[in-house]
Amino acid sequence: MAADTPTGYIKHHLTNLTYGEVPAGTPVCDSHGDLTGETFQQASWILARCDAQVDAMGFWAFHVDSLAWSGIMGFLFVVVASMVARRASAGVPSGMLNFVEMVVEFVDTSVRDSFHGKSKLIAPLALTIFCWIFMMSSIKLLPVDTASAIAAALGLGYMKIVPTVDPNITLAMSFSVLGLVIAFSIMSKGVGGFFGELAFHPFEAQGITKFLLVPVNLILEVVALLAKPVSLGLRLFGNMFAGEFVFILLAAMMGYWQFVGSVPWAIFHLLVIPLQSFIFMILTIVYLSMASEHH
Amino acid sequence: MNMNATFIGQIIWFALFVVFCMKFVWPPIAAALDERKQKIADGLSAADRASRDLELAQEKAGEDLREAKAKAAEIIEQANRRANQVVEDAKAQARTEGERLIVQAQAEIEREVNSAREQLRREVAVLALAGAEKVLASEVNPAAHKQMLDQLAAEL
Repeated sequence: MAADTPTGYIKHHLTNLTYGEVPAGTPVCDSHGDLTGETFQQASWILARCDAQVDAMGFWAFHVDSLAWSGIMGFLFVVVASMVARRASAGVPSGMLNFVEMVVEFVDTSVRDSFHGKSKLIAPLALTIFCWIFMMSSIKLLPVDTASAIAAALGLGYMKIVPTVDPNITLAMSFSVLGLVIAFSIMSKGVGGFFGELAFHPFEAQGITKFLLVPVNLILEVVALLAKPVSLGLRLFGNMFAGEFVFILLAAMMGYWQFVGSVPWAIFHLLVIPLQSFIFMILTIVYLSMASEHH
Repeated sequence: MNMNATFIGQIIWFALFVVFCMKFVWPPIAAALDERKQKIADGLSAADRASRDLELAQEKAGEDLREAKAKAAEIIEQANRRANQVVEDAKAQARTEGERLIVQAQAEIEREVNSAREQLRREVAVLALAGAEKVLASEVNPAAHKQMLDQLAAEL
């Protein structure tokens, strides 16, 4: 197995279970991830079992574990929340309803504080982001070897269960936010207003010079626009990746004594996870608020 | 960093969950919270109103009490006045009655005196005659001496 050395162990834990098309000539691996010496005769869709296969897959590959766990957590959130929501009434709340209402009120307050426009989307969006990221990141509090051991028993080569440790996941969410930012801008300022903001700021001039400055402005503004989702997604990814990396490092170095280090680290992450979820949520609200304001 | 089509899959998940949340999670909870807020506001204003009502009622009760006290005092005073009057009346009546009784008694006494005197007058003639008979040792005819006897009786 590829996870015999500490480096191999860490690399193994940080590799996603990938489903994709390997081209002809890719090496074949057995269920332990060891090379068999054979190669694929023709391109075929497989679940990768070793790094060589993962590397051979191009863009059209899917991290099955990330998508599955983020989907499970998302469904868990919407199912529980909608069940609670159906029972919501103006009477005295109890139990789960109380908890959900607390979260909803917290999100609602954050939205009201930061977003000054009117939108039916923004509050549920913020709620989904906060709860979903919180739940996805919370999976990492499970001991690192649990999931990969179960996956190995099931014959799966890899299993990285924390979706937010996958940059695809965090950047997908932050670029979705970028899409919403652009949509909000166009809705509140019109297409001309949106492109005008990109082309005629921050350097302003009158007459013909105005148009000469367009390329400079465009470069600056597009970079500024793209920097928002990139920083948003990479901040979450970086925090979660670093946290997960330390867990894996502790497990790799200390074996069964890992809990000496991983328990305090997990307690620390009880703070980091809600904080990062909150930051992602609040920055989304702020970006959308900026997008829907007139200058 | 291993970017691949997971990115697209996650965008689909994200859109799905946000739309679901927007349709089925947020509206009922927000509506319930708003309704509860309204209910609490109503309850608070009702409590305010009730305490104001209570204040008014207490004020009114105090006023009623004062009025009742004043009325009671007035009634007592009236009763006292009436009692005094009754006593005075009774006294006056008693005095009149007493005087009447006295007058009646005096009249009675006078009448008694007169009748006694009358009787005495009638008897004195007999006694005088009896005496004179004894003294004179002779029979005196009362009819013959009636004038003299009447005169004597009138002098009594």
